[in-house]
Amino acid sequence: MSKVSNILIAGVGGQGILLASEVLSEVLMNQGFDVKKSEIHGMSQRGGSVISHVRYGERVYAPIIPEGEADLLFGFELLETARYLPMLRKGGTVLSNNLRIFPPEVLLGKQPYPEGLEEAIAAQVDRFSVVDGLGLAQKAGDGRTVNTVLLGALSRQLPYEKDCWLEVLKKRVPAKALEANLEAFDLGCQSVD
Amino acid sequence: MKKCLLSGNEAIARGAHEAGVKLASAYPGTPSTEILENITQYKEIDASWAPNEKVALEVGIGATFGGARALVTMKHVGVNVAADPLFSFAYAGVRGGLVLVTADDPELHSSQNEQDNRHYARFAKVPMLEPSDSQEAKDFTRLGFEISEKFDMPVMLRTTTRISHSKSIVTLEEPVTGLPETSLKRDPAKLVMLPGNARRRHPIVEENLVKLGEWSSDQPFNRVEEGEGTLGVITSGISYQYAREVYPDAPLLKIGLVHPLPTRLIEEFAARFDKIVVIEELDPYIEDQVKAMGIDCVGKDKIPLCGELTPGRLANALEMPSETESQAPLNRDLPNRPPNMCPGCPHRGVFMELSRAGAFVTGDIGCYTLGFMPPLNAMDTCICMGASIGNATGLSKVLPEEERNKVVGVIGDSTFLHTGINGLMDMVYNKGVATVVILDNRITAMTGRQDNPASGWTLQDERTFEVDMAALCRAVGVKHVVEVDPYDLSATRKAILEEMSRDEASVVIAERPCMLMKRDIIESRPPLYVKTDDCTGCKACLKTGCPAIEWDAEAGKKGQARVTGHLCVGCGFCRQTCKFDAIGSTDE
Repeated sequence: MSKVSNILIAGVGGQGILLASEVLSEVLMNQGFDVKKSEIHGMSQRGGSVISHVRYGERVYAPIIPEGEADLLFGFELLETARYLPMLRKGGTVLSNNLRIFPPEVLLGKQPYPEGLEEAIAAQVDRFSVVDGLGLAQKAGDGRTVNTVLLGALSRQLPYEKDCWLEVLKKRVPAKALEANLEAFDLGCQSVD
Repeated sequence: MKKCLLSGNEAIARGAHEAGVKLASAYPGTPSTEILENITQYKEIDASWAPNEKVALEVGIGATFGGARALVTMKHVGVNVAADPLFSFAYAGVRGGLVLVTADDPELHSSQNEQDNRHYARFAKVPMLEPSDSQEAKDFTRLGFEISEKFDMPVMLRTTTRISHSKSIVTLEEPVTGLPETSLKRDPAKLVMLPGNARRRHPIVEENLVKLGEWSSDQPFNRVEEGEGTLGVITSGISYQYAREVYPDAPLLKIGLVHPLPTRLIEEFAARFDKIVVIEELDPYIEDQVKAMGIDCVGKDKIPLCGELTPGRLANALEMPSETESQAPLNRDLPNRPPNMCPGCPHRGVFMELSRAGAFVTGDIGCYTLGFMPPLNAMDTCICMGASIGNATGLSKVLPEEERNKVVGVIGDSTFLHTGINGLMDMVYNKGVATVVILDNRITAMTGRQDNPASGWTLQDERTFEVDMAALCRAVGVKHVVEVDPYDLSATRKAILEEMSRDEASVVIAERPCMLMKRDIIESRPPLYVKTDDCTGCKACLKTGCPAIEWDAEAGKKGQARVTGHLCVGCGFCRQTCKFDAIGSTDE
């Protein structure tokens, strides 16, 4: 257990990345790991690019992942997934939402949103899964449960029982939204191999 | 004992609760803001937002003079504002303990500079603790109060963004009991810092610092971690974590109290090794003092002076790169994603009109600093909190007549009350002729929607007096104070142009609540849409820079704009810029 494992979550401010990294970190803490997570608040929240570092193992020192040593890149938006690819180690896994959110230069028509990102990432990394987060969230009955769908998909990448995740989710999600979130988590689980 | 995953800021709040703090005061500022937000869960603590950091510290000083323990928090640049009381308070000392948190921001994630506030501890002659994770953030907060009372000094606790905003596991403890009751106690020789008294206090401060430094060499918060090899590492704060990534097994001196440094401990440690490396972020604060002790060491000759450290940057600097092979960047042009004003942000209308008027905009600190970004490009200076108004006055005084009416200072409500009001007083008093636009969105938005004296609510969520901005401006002598709704572009334009043309100080107050207001006072409007039959593809609406409008190059004859329904809040800025009536509301 001496090795530290690293998960980098990337997305756009406002997508619920902080909540997802909270749930993930608590699941890991409940497994008995030392856990650290780090992100930036403030300026970057206003629709900017946002990342959250989650590290766990027997003893974790730095709260941020050493460059190029993430074991798993967990993207909430395709362009952001692509942007942080150099943070991933060779042989690492990428799990990404298929959502595209246009940054300002693309909205203004000054620069295109890059085409074929999924294919380009797939060509470069060995293990890459894409999740239709919004589609599955809507299927679960609430388009706002995208991050729960993605957590469901993430849970399949980690060797912990589903109940470990549900226990934390139930504490974090308001009662009235629980049913949709549990369904969203299930759909997320089923969406990846 | 209960274990929790806490951020450094949450841990400091918990530490204050455990230390029996009675009062906490702060002005919000990234990365410090969440300390006071989290302290509100401890109902025994009187927690409040002050209008600025100087007031926050003065309130804290008052509480300690009454015998209570007090916590005061701010971001690094906030200490510049609070420096005046800090330096004299250091002479007076405390009655109840006082801990002043300075949350520094190496890498300027959300700041206008990356000053290293460890220098303040030496400069103001105040002890400083520097935690390395959330557990220490909590424990050092408690410890800070003990040191403060034991040595009769205020204590600074320095975090950095990676301490404040990282979470790690913390073991909670029970609050202390048996602290003395508060009471009035006169002690003028100690509390009245007139020359005669202050002159007698200064040597006492110097003596106390010497005693503290000697004591601290034997305390567990400064510790040697034994290891292998002939290289010894000296470090503190977050840099300890990076040092351990690069040198997991090296002997290491971890300093918890960075002022005064434990010189005896440093000498003993350094004497045992062939080579010493001092690992610290930003300035050579420890390194300079270690060298002054006659100890040779590696430091800023290799480790970067600018920006934050990361495991990779440190490893490269020390020529010990990681053996892990990383993925190459994608061979694609990836557009940047800078932060942007929210859809419906009322500031947008003001910046559109300032841009159109060709104003030279002296800016200030807040969400509206994003008015700098394209396509608005409507900010020409930004220095510090409150600077917009003084900058505008100075410009208007030196520019030739044909240029001086172009100068407009732009400032938010919270920043105006922070230090902007003094600038306005000066502008009127000394006959400056610039225009000031107060962007009054009823909240301190950029740091995450904190209340301020103009919002009518306290940090504890209680109703309170609401500063009347227009009356305040008139009270300092501004004759022309115009209030406009920034959602009404033509009224905003008229007000700005009229006030710019005046040869005297004038104020436009653009009032409309922040779109992210937590209280339910936002008027709900249906989303807009682009009428594809009418849109000519002129791109005027894109100039609003609204994240809810995108350009579809394939639509129409030469491309058309499109509104993203789930992002649009119906503010109508785009609709008012459209000359072809091609934007409609979904409820019409």
